[in-house]
Amino acid sequence: MKIYIPMDSAAKALGVEEVATAIRTAAPEAEIIRTGTRGMIWLEPLVEVEIDGERHGYGPATVGDVAGILDGSSVKALGPVADLDWMRRQTRLTFARVGVIDPLSLADYEAHGGLAGLRRALGMDGAGIVAEVTRSGLRGRGGAGFPTGIKWKTVQEAQAPQKYIVCNADEGDSGTFADRMIMEGDPFTLIEGMAIAGLGVGATRGYVYLRSEYPDAIAVMRRAVEIARGAGVLGADVLGSGRAFDMEIRVGAGAYVCGEETSLLNSLEGKRGVVRAKPPLPALEGFLGRPTVVNNVISLATVPVIFEKGAAYYADFGLGRSRGTVTLQIAGNVARGGLFETAFGITLGEVVNDLGGGTLTGRPVKAVQVGGPLGAYIPVGNFDAALGYEELDAKGGLLGHAGLVVFDDGADMLGMARFAMEFCAVESCGKCTPCRIGAVRGVETIDRIAAGDGAAIPLLTDLCETMKDGSLCALGGLTPLPVMSALTHFPDDFATRREAAE
Amino acid sequence: MKDFIIPTERDMGTPAKVGAPVTLEIDGVAVTVPEGTSVLRAAAEAGIPIPKLCASDNLEAFGSCRLCVVEIEGRRGTPASCTTPVTPGMVVHTGSAKVRKIRRGVMELYISDHPLDCLTCSANGDCELQDMAGAVGLRDVRYEAPNNGGMVNHFAPRTTSGEANPEWLPKDDSNPYFSYDPSKCIVCNRCVRACEEVQGTFALTIAGRGFDSRVKAGGAGDDFLASDCVSCGACVQACPTAALQEKSIIEIGTPDRAVITTCAYCGVGCSFRAEMNGDTLVRMVPYKHGKANRGHSCVKGRFAYGYAHHKDRILKPMTRERISDPWREVSWDEALSFAATRMRSLQAQYGRKSIGVITSSRCTNEETYLVQKLARAVFGNNNTDTCARVCHSPTGYGLGQTFGTSAGTQDFDSVEQTDVVIVIGANPTDGHPVFASRLKKRLRAGAKLIVVDPRRIDLVKSPHIAAAHHLPLRPGTNVAVVSALAHVIVTEGLMDEAFIRARCDWDEFQHYAEFISNPRHSPEATALLTGVDPVELRAAARLFATSGNGAIYYGLGVTEHSQGSTTVMGIANLAMLTGNIGRPGVGVNPLRGQNNVQGACDMGSFPHELPGYRHIKGPEVRAIFEEAWGVQIDAEPGLRIPNMLDAAVDGTFKGLYCQGEDIL
Repeated sequence: MKIYIPMDSAAKALGVEEVATAIRTAAPEAEIIRTGTRGMIWLEPLVEVEIDGERHGYGPATVGDVAGILDGSSVKALGPVADLDWMRRQTRLTFARVGVIDPLSLADYEAHGGLAGLRRALGMDGAGIVAEVTRSGLRGRGGAGFPTGIKWKTVQEAQAPQKYIVCNADEGDSGTFADRMIMEGDPFTLIEGMAIAGLGVGATRGYVYLRSEYPDAIAVMRRAVEIARGAGVLGADVLGSGRAFDMEIRVGAGAYVCGEETSLLNSLEGKRGVVRAKPPLPALEGFLGRPTVVNNVISLATVPVIFEKGAAYYADFGLGRSRGTVTLQIAGNVARGGLFETAFGITLGEVVNDLGGGTLTGRPVKAVQVGGPLGAYIPVGNFDAALGYEELDAKGGLLGHAGLVVFDDGADMLGMARFAMEFCAVESCGKCTPCRIGAVRGVETIDRIAAGDGAAIPLLTDLCETMKDGSLCALGGLTPLPVMSALTHFPDDFATRREAAE
Repeated sequence: MKDFIIPTERDMGTPAKVGAPVTLEIDGVAVTVPEGTSVLRAAAEAGIPIPKLCASDNLEAFGSCRLCVVEIEGRRGTPASCTTPVTPGMVVHTGSAKVRKIRRGVMELYISDHPLDCLTCSANGDCELQDMAGAVGLRDVRYEAPNNGGMVNHFAPRTTSGEANPEWLPKDDSNPYFSYDPSKCIVCNRCVRACEEVQGTFALTIAGRGFDSRVKAGGAGDDFLASDCVSCGACVQACPTAALQEKSIIEIGTPDRAVITTCAYCGVGCSFRAEMNGDTLVRMVPYKHGKANRGHSCVKGRFAYGYAHHKDRILKPMTRERISDPWREVSWDEALSFAATRMRSLQAQYGRKSIGVITSSRCTNEETYLVQKLARAVFGNNNTDTCARVCHSPTGYGLGQTFGTSAGTQDFDSVEQTDVVIVIGANPTDGHPVFASRLKKRLRAGAKLIVVDPRRIDLVKSPHIAAAHHLPLRPGTNVAVVSALAHVIVTEGLMDEAFIRARCDWDEFQHYAEFISNPRHSPEATALLTGVDPVELRAAARLFATSGNGAIYYGLGVTEHSQGSTTVMGIANLAMLTGNIGRPGVGVNPLRGQNNVQGACDMGSFPHELPGYRHIKGPEVRAIFEEAWGVQIDAEPGLRIPNMLDAAVDGTFKGLYCQGEDIL
């Protein structure tokens, strides 16, 4: 009997370890394989039993369900996991193996298409590798959406004695978890992607800057790097090619702003995590002043499938200038939350109402914040927005890292605007004035509005403009987005306080 | 009369760059600047001032204040002009409605966290924050807390409800020369960057993040005095507000005029603005166009100026008949005629050679020239000497023998183009601090360092600096070590043959090469004597010979030894062997004891040499000066300082005119 049990942090938070222990006790003869998560968080812990070569799901499983799962009588039976609506509707390219394989089995990884991309890349020169990425249309999945191929080309063409690949795994945005899930569920794909990046741009060293809040991902990534090195995937002679690439995992120290690439580089160098002015671009003067590719986990983890299946295959998915797939992270007050990978172009309404099933509380949806704490609050009226970089931008939104946080009609949007300013005040690195002082004044000004001082609203608008146009990085520059979207779309939440006070 | 144009004191925003010319358009004006120049500096060059607070032309651009934002056609947003390099054909607008609004918005934020006590502030009238508030036209600060409560701020010790304000920090008066008032800090980082980039001490940092960010000296619990701060004053100079302020300014007030002068403490010879309030010296500020210091200073020149108003300072001429008499203040006329009469009468009584002069390396060329001329043209003898001959005559002799002229071959700016440096018998961070800061800046940029010194001086290892090789030789073995370095270079074929053939005497070199190649000069053979590890020494020699522009700096640890002249010649040979003479970034540099040792020597203050090192014994030499001065010049070299003292004891030397020198 083969039983697959996730070891993802989300599953752990929902009690999977107790269930796993109970299964081990009840079925000591069973072959238990620990995996990542399928991304259906409302079904976690999701236990899968292989029946006639097909994996049948049971979830959300409790210890009390174990006997039923083992004898097939459980009311939590979901049928074949692959047939579930959530799974069938996805296009799993980046996440193809997550939840399927044992994350730390290199053999399992290879059996599911792993290393095929790297092997293909080893047959290409640097320029060829970069061109392939450019053709795929891949854009930075961290939030900025910058074309990955162009970034790589800049690094590839830079002359320097040493270049670096830095993976930004400082996934600090609220409501985002794609980076963590793939690092916990399919670490080798990130390693393979970084190795291909290294071969492409001529970098022989890589670093994953991984947030300290992800202890499981740190442990899995570290072990995976050791395994990959032991198997010759990393090291002086990558897969016997004579070309070198090695990497290590570095742990952050808890600052949100270190997810900003220049602060990340400062932190990685052992300095204070403050933002650097650009130029110079990290692609030319990055880690230790050398040309550096700084890419998000999902960007790099998508590279292997692009090389495995070809750039054209990947580019065939998507909408407009947003090619390939987007790894949506559905969270907040939502009935069915989790990770959903699909081609760009799906509408916000379909994601929230159809896939997500509306709010968990059952009340009407009021807004969705897309793209993390610096993303806009999008009202239901704009739910026809297609999820693509330009398409969402046209609706005043920001796709960012593709995290969606759903709010029901009980949400106080003035309070959410205040939270955005407070978040900025707490997380500001303190280097530039608009962010350092502006965020603090923003909280105070919103408090004035809350206290009924309607005259403070134009001041808030001016402040947001100063922060948006004047800040050094996206933290101060984008904080006005949630604030102004809340103020613009939900003026009543700002006015009722005034009326109440009068 | 000033026969030169006084350069501008205006801050250009970011450092000057060297590069191919780039032409762009700023506010309709075509501007051409070197590649790599910032838009901020390009605008300044065109006379277009862009508001700024965190930028300064002695610091790399930082981009934190966001006042210098501009609009650039074809680019998104409003980039900071300080961090944006110019590109050909770029079209910049520095004063659009949009950027004006941003600047005013930013300034409103600054002022919302600043004590509005300008009239009683020590920086009143000398405050960049004040200037910029005016420049951006800030008229109103609209921020306030809800329900008339107090806003979060750094300047009020107590909140409106009377509780202690956790953001407020007390003034740090621990440093004797300046105070740090966190309530006036705008977190522009200029002090921190000045400590790092200009001084190289790394004593300052920013503690906390976001609104809590504050300048911090040293580690937790340290104040300025307890930190690594060396009181060079660079941070105080960099501060745009009164956050870091000289205590003298706080006590006396702002200056109303300034006099450019030269610091007399050490051999660097830093230029300063002596800033005066009436006749009271209130502050010494390093002069940004000073060729030795380029706007930097050390604690001595910057703060140790108590001599200016010291009660012991002699401000009026005084005379006395005999040593047992008290000094008597007299008029200048009386003093001059007293001295002239007495000197002449001594000569009448004891002979022409019974009097002499001593001048100093702290005097100007003009002063020194006139004093030696006084001896030669008026006293009719060559009894003229200077301290420079004592401390650096090995330099004079050694470099004169090898190069034909007894001068160091580089100016201090040259260090900026050096790739590998040998420091021998000198401790620049202590002895020549401003030069040391400039050297350290270059070392941080990647130049390599070899220290030849028995001591583990700071340069061997200090923050972000480490010598590639330290050769801790036994005192007295300079010649052996320098010869061993040359031995390695010659025997391993690392010399610059093309340079030697073109610029030196090849036959002489063959002779020298044979001599120096003798195994007795090898690092291994001399190790027993010098105590220097031969492996390290060989590595150091190879590094120096193969790393690009090489410069050698040496001090009294070379010259004040019995074999000083020989070591200097050895050093000069090292430079010639490796082709390191005659262009920027290379050369041989004596680090002198006083700021005009070179000039004192050049001006002819030695008893055997007329100005320009021309020997007194040459009749054709004397003829030139005899014609110019209209007098006969004595053909015999005069007395050196020790000879004068001996002769005085013997009773044959009776009168001395001493200028700027304390021979006791």
